[in-house]
Amino acid sequence: MCRIRKWGPAALLVAPSLLAIGVFVYGFLGWNLRVSVSDWRGLRATYDYAGLDNYRRLAEDTRFIDGVQNVVVFTLVFVFGTLVFGFLLALLLERGVRGEAFFRTVFLFPMAISFIATAIIWRWLLSNASGAQETGLNRLFDSLGVGFLANDWFKSDSYWAVASVAIAAGWALVGYIMALFLAGLRGVSDDLREAARVDGASEAKAFWHVVRPMLLPVVMSAIVILAHISLKTFDLIYAMDAKSRKIETPALYMWFITFEGLNFSIGAAIATLLMVGIAAVIVPYIWYSVRSERRP
Amino acid sequence: MTSTLHRTSGRSLAALAAAAALVLASCGDDDGAEPGAGGTSPGAPTSTEFEFFSWWTGAGDSEGKQALLDLFAERHPDVEIIDATVAGGAGTNAQAVLTTRLQAGDPPDSYQRHVGAELQPDIEAELVEDLTWLYDEEGWRDVFPEDMLELATVDDRIYSVPVNIHRSNLIWYNPAVLAEAGIAAPPASWDEFLQQAATLEAAGKTPLTIGPSWTQKHLLENVLLGELGAEAYSGLWDGSTDWESTEVTDALDMFTEVLAHSNVDEAAADWQPALDPVIEGDAAYNVMGDWANTYFATAQGLAFETEYGVTTSPGTEGIFNWLSDSFTLPVGAPHRDLAVEWLRLAGSKEGQDTFNPIKGSIPARTDADTSLYTGYLEMPLTDWNDPEIELVGSLAHGVVAGGAFNTEIDSALGEFVASGDSAQFASAVKEAYEANQ
Repeated sequence: MCRIRKWGPAALLVAPSLLAIGVFVYGFLGWNLRVSVSDWRGLRATYDYAGLDNYRRLAEDTRFIDGVQNVVVFTLVFVFGTLVFGFLLALLLERGVRGEAFFRTVFLFPMAISFIATAIIWRWLLSNASGAQETGLNRLFDSLGVGFLANDWFKSDSYWAVASVAIAAGWALVGYIMALFLAGLRGVSDDLREAARVDGASEAKAFWHVVRPMLLPVVMSAIVILAHISLKTFDLIYAMDAKSRKIETPALYMWFITFEGLNFSIGAAIATLLMVGIAAVIVPYIWYSVRSERRP
Repeated sequence: MTSTLHRTSGRSLAALAAAAALVLASCGDDDGAEPGAGGTSPGAPTSTEFEFFSWWTGAGDSEGKQALLDLFAERHPDVEIIDATVAGGAGTNAQAVLTTRLQAGDPPDSYQRHVGAELQPDIEAELVEDLTWLYDEEGWRDVFPEDMLELATVDDRIYSVPVNIHRSNLIWYNPAVLAEAGIAAPPASWDEFLQQAATLEAAGKTPLTIGPSWTQKHLLENVLLGELGAEAYSGLWDGSTDWESTEVTDALDMFTEVLAHSNVDEAAADWQPALDPVIEGDAAYNVMGDWANTYFATAQGLAFETEYGVTTSPGTEGIFNWLSDSFTLPVGAPHRDLAVEWLRLAGSKEGQDTFNPIKGSIPARTDADTSLYTGYLEMPLTDWNDPEIELVGSLAHGVVAGGAFNTEIDSALGEFVASGDSAQFASAVKEAYEANQ
């Protein structure tokens, strides 16, 4: 009785959110899994068990396989690029630029723009039209006399077409990553750096041996945030060039096959695979952070 | 401490219960009419609310829709009209929202669908009511063309009311560009197009412009139609034409050749920017449905026939490749009596003659007031009412291929445009066709 009085109120307080998460996250996850092994096509739900047929079909579906390849390229370019540029911006600001607040806001602003608007701006900037229709970056390059830099961007035939979409996504999120790094850098106390300097460490060495290790948690969080955004990215690609196989990812294919093709079971199978992909990124992170929190 | 907490949670529980009761009460005084058994409900409608679901938001679309809704409001002055519109070209977004609502058993009173195969899943899932009785009552079988009703009929029943007709097989051109290149008239066949393309390219013009993937599908259907003719084209969708026959693969190879003379590598982001090079005189042709007319005439303010021209796409003279927006009566429509009134209006001569001149399409009825359709619209109206014309349904706009089949064609087309492998495309489409039978 006494023990209930101790944890009862707390349990009562978290109960609604536990219930909501239980139903809306785990309940739906389970339901989605069930749909993915069913034969549901068309507007009326059917749950007859179809085993792994849907997954087998996806394994042979070139549109899905191209999509996986695209999302891998997209993730690599987007995560790596955003980390590098976010870090460089943070480093520059940390050095004490005049008007730091102004720059911080400028770099953060793109994140406030919806991905749809971002996509429409970048669709124009990265257009590969030529002649009188030429716009955006290609036109800029031409007028600066560096026309050889002009590119087919997201309409290119190479595997890297989707990387140009990553440029747009990176532009949107680089400010956020910069803010994360800036907070991380500011969190390193000056005393530690002073101590390193007193011990005769050069500025570079102090950074490498003192500051860098302390930034590791920031890098880990940034990677997880960016990687899961990358796997879920939908609106950006949809608005840039919907149904273009050059940049389509499984998230888009899932939408088309579900709501246009009314093939709900295949759509659910793609959703399940996407979830597994995201879990592959997030679970090791959770494991890492739980382990490091336990450390004294 | 704990007692305070208990008291608070008790109070909030009571509040919650009260709120729930309110919600239930407000559900209770819903003024839905009982669905009549198949026939009409006698007397005037008693509902006071009507929810109408469409994807008409673009220029021309929304004005036309408003005119029709105004007419409806005039006849039913005490009714509150809820215009549930979801934006998005060709209704892709609207259809996703609608799908969710239909599956949740929360249909609007009437919703928009393309006539034909696109409505098939709704019929199979028994989400829409059979409207054959309404056709008989209003005498619509005599005013809509027989060939069109045939494509809209499933097991002797008709499930939606078409309000308009758009034409797909059109080629738009810039007369000044043709004159400059010394071309007398638009091509009458795709072979002739290829000859003209060489001349145009020599003059530094792009022969044909193209937009995103659905416009490529739109071009594909019209190349197939031009090369195969109406009968063989229609056979592609009912199994009587073999996708893997040489006839079809030759037509598909023609599509690849035609694309090679387009700006497909620099395809525009949408259909309107795809028309811009034609308007600006950098390109000669564009194959697009007749919603393009609104863009030329209204958005760009160009003069028909002098600044832009149009004719049937190569090889399709005497053929009308159509698509149509229609309205349904969902099973369990909350205000069924008004929904039926709405469908009567949508199918009536007055309703169609109010809507179409503004929307920039022609009535599905063949007894329209021809004086209302001037400029470009004269041509499709004359053709539509011509009993000799051959009618075929559009692929890109859901008449001849439904969601599942159409999505698989999308997948195969994406690959085909990149690889040019017509045999592979033909076998993929054939397989998809058989899988969806």
